[in-house]
Amino acid sequence: MLQYIREIEFQTICDYIKKGSSVLDLGCGDCELLQRLIKDKNIKAQGIEIDEKEIYKCVKKGVSVLHEDIEYGLSEYKDKSFDYIVLQQSLSEVVKKPDKVIQEALRVGRKVIISFSNFAHYSARLQIFLKGRTPVTPSLPYAWHNTPNLHFLSLSDFIEYCKERNMKIERKTYLGTKRKTYFFPNFCALVGIFMISQD
Amino acid sequence: MEDKSLGIVETKNFIFAEPPNEFELENGEKLGPITVAFETYGKLNKERSNAVLITHAFSGDAHAAGYYEGDNKPGWWNSMIGPEKAFDTDKYYVICSNVLGGCSGTTGPSSINPETGKPYGLDFPLISINDMVNVQNKLLESLNIEKLLTVAGGSMGGMQALSWLIKHPDKIKSTIIIASAIKHSPQQIAFDEVGRVSIISDPSWNEGDYYGKENPVRGLALARMVGHITYMSNESMMEKFGRRIRNVGEKHKFNTGFEIENYLHYRGSSFVERFDANSYLYITKAIDCYDASEGKNLSEILHGVKAKVMVLAFKSDWLYPKYQSKEIVKACKVAGIDTTSCEIESTYGHDAFLLEIKEETQLVKHFLEKVAQAD
Repeated sequence: MLQYIREIEFQTICDYIKKGSSVLDLGCGDCELLQRLIKDKNIKAQGIEIDEKEIYKCVKKGVSVLHEDIEYGLSEYKDKSFDYIVLQQSLSEVVKKPDKVIQEALRVGRKVIISFSNFAHYSARLQIFLKGRTPVTPSLPYAWHNTPNLHFLSLSDFIEYCKERNMKIERKTYLGTKRKTYFFPNFCALVGIFMISQD
Repeated sequence: MEDKSLGIVETKNFIFAEPPNEFELENGEKLGPITVAFETYGKLNKERSNAVLITHAFSGDAHAAGYYEGDNKPGWWNSMIGPEKAFDTDKYYVICSNVLGGCSGTTGPSSINPETGKPYGLDFPLISINDMVNVQNKLLESLNIEKLLTVAGGSMGGMQALSWLIKHPDKIKSTIIIASAIKHSPQQIAFDEVGRVSIISDPSWNEGDYYGKENPVRGLALARMVGHITYMSNESMMEKFGRRIRNVGEKHKFNTGFEIENYLHYRGSSFVERFDANSYLYITKAIDCYDASEGKNLSEILHGVKAKVMVLAFKSDWLYPKYQSKEIVKACKVAGIDTTSCEIESTYGHDAFLLEIKEETQLVKHFLEKVAQAD
């Protein structure tokens, strides 16, 4: 992932989260986001991460982290244990059944923040349509044989999904190659960030 | 790398519960006076806020680090405790005591019963993990330490660390529970029972009355042999011994001389030099009977606890498998406790908590830094 897209993604998620709230980051990696949220928003942070190497980095940063997989880790929590559950790029990469995880996240958290790469970006469309190749884009920079992504979805797919499931999209941000984009997002945006909730 | 060590250390004694103010055990029985053998490393700061309690495993003792005068073998967790180590004695005041019921200086079945002038033997009352912790609490009171930065221990030491979290949550800022469990599984109880029966069926055991006579060394050594099998993994045995043969020991028809056999014999016979058979019975019983949840929902018991928790497990540990650590983590999660967990890659089996020093050091060191910073 391009560094500046990642940076805007971080900043956007930070902007979504209220000061002093509790945040569970699913697939938190090295806890960079949580560390930033602790510093900027004084949040109560908890990470869940499956990769042992990342656990050492999180602990070094002083962030509380559980060495578990997302599906298992989430199911144990009581309802509304956190103000926010964050799935930053982890939904498409590591979760086997996204629907189940999103529903569980909405049970455990009051609001769920999900970011993912848009499979319907115009460069992806062109690669499929003109070259007949599986697309490789700045936000999906992997070839088919070494991609960590298990699921490919577009912004429209996700919006449609939320509608079907009666999930409310409270906030959304689309990121283009250089900055936030508002123009035909499902065509122009590389990354979508959504904050959803359910009554 | 140069081993920064504490150098020469000494064991001290704390005596309390002199009659008629005996110490009351969980089961209501009274015991006193009680001697507690303990060691301390590093300096207690002015605020008395940098104390760390190390709780030892089944056969451990108060000698966790440093060397005794004239001895070339350091304490059992020397690689973790010392200057710049995980439990950094430049920063923390580290305390370790021998458990109640033990045989390395703290009152146990081999101690003299003041009523008879002879060793207690089976007149020693049954003790529990919580009793061990309550005795440690008395020691800390005598040292004027109101709040521990952390309590850390592996295996039975982890049960004590968990007991601190449940019974004295306001006296600790955190706890580090390593390769441990809320309660023993039938498999763990089974192995302990084999050890106990092995001791009891040694004729020299003599209903626990063997002090000054022939000790039940065969039974105790056999118990330890079984124990050591459970502390290792198939992989670590394969690596360490394979099917290599080295002919030592007594000659008989079935002595093939497999190195693993020699190792177990050596472990068995060296254990009887330092451990009391009755302590074996009392302590394993305390471990088997321990149930941190006391039949209730542990997460409810832990609700509202402010202390931070770190739970560590090891992949190849089949004696205390990872699901047992996960049960502890789950209870903490549901209770809303600030929890960190890691399942460390290792081939050493249960022994890993004494051996996987690099990983443990990283985790413990950084966790403690965070705990020390928090208000």
